[in-house]
Amino acid sequence: MKEVIHTPVKALEEEEYHINMGPQHPSTHGVLRLVVSLQGEIVKSLKPHCGYIHRGIEKMCEKDTYPQIIHLTDRMDYLSAHINNHGVCLLVEDALQIEVPERVKYIRTIIDELTRIQSHQLWWACFGMDLGGLTCFFYGLRDREKILDIFEESCGSRLLHSYYTPGGLMWDIHPNFQKSVKDFIKYFRKKIKDYDRLLSGNIIFMERTKNVGHLSKEDAISYGITGPSGRASGFSCDIRKHHPYGVYDKADFREILFTEGDTYHRYIARMDEMHESMKIIEQLIDNIPAGDFSAKMKAVIKLPAGEYYQRVETARGEMGIYCISDGNKTPYRIKFRSPNFSNLGVLDHLSRGFKIADLVAIGASLDFVIPDIDR
Amino acid sequence: MDQDKLKERITALVPEAEFEENKQFLTAFIPAGKLHTAAQNLKEAEDTAFDYLFCQTGVDMTKYLMVVYHLNSTKHGHSVVLKVKADDRVNPAIDTVCDIWRTAEFLEREIYDLLGIHFNNHPDMRRIFLDENWKGHPLRKDYKDEVNIVEL
Amino acid sequence: MASFIYDFSLLTKPIHEALYHWLPPVWALIAEMTLIGLIFLLFYAVVGLFLVYAERKVCAFMQNRVGPNRVGPYGIFQTIADFIKLLMKELIMIKNSDKLLFNIAPFIVIIASFMAIAAIPFAKGLHAIDFDIGILYVIAVSSLGVVGVLLAGWSSNNKYSLIGAMRSGAQIVSYELSVGLSLITIVILAGTMQFSAIVEGQANGWFIFKGHIPAFIAFVLFLISSTAETNRGPFDLAEAESELTAGYHTEYSGIKFAFFFLAEYMNMFIVASIAATVFLGGWMPFHVSSWTGFNNIMDYIPPFVWYFGKTAFVIFLMMWFKWTFPRLRIDQLLTLEWKYLLPINLVNILVMAFIVLMGWHF
Repeated sequence: MKEVIHTPVKALEEEEYHINMGPQHPSTHGVLRLVVSLQGEIVKSLKPHCGYIHRGIEKMCEKDTYPQIIHLTDRMDYLSAHINNHGVCLLVEDALQIEVPERVKYIRTIIDELTRIQSHQLWWACFGMDLGGLTCFFYGLRDREKILDIFEESCGSRLLHSYYTPGGLMWDIHPNFQKSVKDFIKYFRKKIKDYDRLLSGNIIFMERTKNVGHLSKEDAISYGITGPSGRASGFSCDIRKHHPYGVYDKADFREILFTEGDTYHRYIARMDEMHESMKIIEQLIDNIPAGDFSAKMKAVIKLPAGEYYQRVETARGEMGIYCISDGNKTPYRIKFRSPNFSNLGVLDHLSRGFKIADLVAIGASLDFVIPDIDR
Repeated sequence: MDQDKLKERITALVPEAEFEENKQFLTAFIPAGKLHTAAQNLKEAEDTAFDYLFCQTGVDMTKYLMVVYHLNSTKHGHSVVLKVKADDRVNPAIDTVCDIWRTAEFLEREIYDLLGIHFNNHPDMRRIFLDENWKGHPLRKDYKDEVNIVEL
Repeated sequence: MASFIYDFSLLTKPIHEALYHWLPPVWALIAEMTLIGLIFLLFYAVVGLFLVYAERKVCAFMQNRVGPNRVGPYGIFQTIADFIKLLMKELIMIKNSDKLLFNIAPFIVIIASFMAIAAIPFAKGLHAIDFDIGILYVIAVSSLGVVGVLLAGWSSNNKYSLIGAMRSGAQIVSYELSVGLSLITIVILAGTMQFSAIVEGQANGWFIFKGHIPAFIAFVLFLISSTAETNRGPFDLAEAESELTAGYHTEYSGIKFAFFFLAEYMNMFIVASIAATVFLGGWMPFHVSSWTGFNNIMDYIPPFVWYFGKTAFVIFLMMWFKWTFPRLRIDQLLTLEWKYLLPINLVNILVMAFIVLMGWHF
């Protein structure tokens, strides 16, 4: 932590100076620290410093049984908690070759998509706020609340659910689940038009985001930028399409792909993803088959010795879980490939030559969740 | 390319490569000295085109340290796993691949931080999560921290 | 027809004469100044408190919230509670800051807005001083505030503050032009720079209606550039809390922060007053030149109601901007001024001058 520079500021234009954005800064969305070299207002280079919320989840997992690990994955990308849980469950189920009931697959897919919508809603809210449109924040959170209510009804909690267990679900969905989800879709289809009216079509917003922070497809692949951010650059990386899990193979949806790769298209990619998610939910919600909500599982889950890799598509990109098992009830080594950590790597590349205000816009368009970076 | 062809391709590239049984991916052990050239070749050759490093993991296998590279080709859709051993537990060092896949820059810093594997030619080899003056590397199996880790 | 309107000079003149009768002229002058100063101080505080409350309620309305609703009925005492809190807070002195400049900066900001308010007519005969170059005076004085902002940013020894102050400097220097030019458009139409004469000139219709399209364009330009000049709304780059945490007043606390806060709202009030006075007739009721009966009915509504109503309308517009639009970037802000607003303004003045020359206005 020697980079903090205490010398008084000299002339603005001639020489580079450093400012610390974060760890307490309104637009780093958590305890991320960016040491930014500036010339005037232009970003010359940028160094992220992470680790303020490093909890050693990978180390803790080496002591935990697989059902326990699920609870830790909630705490990485807390906005995609269900999807993270889904990853661990799929890992265990694939390793043990358990066939989970169809009902579970449907419910998991629907809840995953709801998770994606609520995550994008919060992202939209924060994106608007980072650009100075404070009203967006309240609109986004107002609608997110509806999804959290649905989660609360079925899962019992609003943020860190741990609803999925290896083999199925913790308990069955609430009888109201289908009705509340359908009500929400009807409600949100109306409200998302407000989102477009308030921000997407605004001339100031377009000026702020178009041609800012351009990421080419080659760079996106090389930097491992996945999720909507990568797809805005033309990197076809949707795990739901390429390695389908749940019942994504039965749903008809479009992988949102753009080629421009600027901040505006990262924004539009996420907006379109919300529409696609609603489409998926609409196709599945009426067809949830009856049946058990969990497969029969042994009391102690032991994975056969070997290596396993499982990927799921979180709201921010590809989440990979690499697990080496030595046959015990705890993994020998588990690694979480978190999308945010890779996305953070590109921030320096994207923001060079842009202004400090653009840095905020670019950072917001990459949609960081800091606990997922630090793990 | 299917797994057999990839296997041939890698054997031609690195004759010393050893292959491991794995249902999901083709897994090859590459000697540390040949990693960089092999990786460069696998990325740039038209028929393999492994342009996407989607996971890079450091593992402490107690006898040796190991770095696992999960590679994917966005063009052909095939995947391969490369493994590199670092036998020296005191000063393990492996060549960096961050000039080939940019995402490796942060992933390698994380591995250095948590497992202490030094990556040669890395532009910014510092700890990423922990304090600069932190003692030891927590993800090693012999790491002891009597204050923070409670052994049951 | 204007006889229905109460002339406040009927009230102020006897006081003035009585003071001069009882006291020697120097003391009478001092007494008058003190009296006016105290009244303005009170007025300043009340308007400031009210505007902060109004902003919070309007903002809440825009954002699907209730807004302050705990302290007093509908939360009307919320701002008073906040100011008591701010008064009791510690004034944090920053190490390595320029102590003198750091301390006087908030006062410069607040004095600038205090001076500008003196020239504004609130009702017929109710103004502190009626300059014959009132508009020039207001333009000159209102831009003094930027000195305070620059000093605050510089003396804090904080890079965020300095960036904010520099932005503010560039912004005010640019937008001052547009404010001035859009007011000059109306000065051409009115033929005077005196506020009282400008208001009287609108007795048979407000300038925004009398001046055809150029007056309307000037009104829009004035709204945009004055919003920028008060560092508000989509132009709040000097504060830009998502980029610069709080910009130039990052390091201020307690009552010094409250001064900046109050000055922002007072500047908004002043700008809205000028817009109301110059374009919307100030305290002059809504008159249509030939409808005498209608005009007489309008005159029964007291002038200060007209004045505060119009000002409140303009303030509401500015709040509406602020809570709807995202923020501009600094280069876009300057582009907007130098490439769009300034040329439009110049053409607008020409058109207005031509209209006045040909006598086409009402």
